[in-house]
Amino acid sequence: MSDNEAKSMSIIVTKGSLDWAYPPFILGTTAAAMGLNVTMFFTFYGLTLLKKELNLGLTTLGNPAMEMPMMGGHMAMPNIISALPGAGALTTTMMKNLMKKKGVASIEELRELAVEAEVDLIACQMTIDLFEYKTEDMIDGITLGGAASYIEVATKSDINLFI
Amino acid sequence: MADETLDAKGLNCPLPILRAKKALNKLEQGQTLEILATDPGAVKDFEAFCRTTGNELVESNQDGDVYSFLIKRTS
Repeated sequence: MSDNEAKSMSIIVTKGSLDWAYPPFILGTTAAAMGLNVTMFFTFYGLTLLKKELNLGLTTLGNPAMEMPMMGGHMAMPNIISALPGAGALTTTMMKNLMKKKGVASIEELRELAVEAEVDLIACQMTIDLFEYKTEDMIDGITLGGAASYIEVATKSDINLFI
Repeated sequence: MADETLDAKGLNCPLPILRAKKALNKLEQGQTLEILATDPGAVKDFEAFCRTTGNELVESNQDGDVYSFLIKRTS
């Protein structure tokens, strides 16, 4: 399939926690593997996913649907427990161990595959200014852009997702 | 006998597809790739992958917990 007739997909990536990092990277890498031209636009908290050093975490705080498999059942965490110091780190460690055990790719691995598959990674310039990020802290190969860059891509894409 | 074999056992979505794509890229047109996987979702996913990419899913089998797929590179 030539690039001209290839389908295309764009994703706006707005969230940077460990759990929310998965949908955009899974769909982006898979679409690229299926021959689509993929553009991922990273804005607000999603921008952290472009940092060289990823330090992703997640929390059960305010997340009642998050149940972890435990001793044959499932356990949700009351907010008052989730708010305790160290609870987030513990949840993150548990999740990472679980993912490893279940053969789920790390975000680092998926991101590497996305770069390898020539997924177009665009970092939101406004968010970089707002949160005072430095482009030298970001991985190589990204481009900077704004809303208009995204809209141009989106108008030509077959699939547009906001995650 | 397939030209290449990919062991994707123990890997979860979307890794079997991503690894298979990489392996297919290394094949010539008409050569075949056998993939072994334990992810039950891979059955439907390899069908979709082949339909979308234009490669041929020659065989899809299950032996206990292990699924095997034979894909011919035709795109």
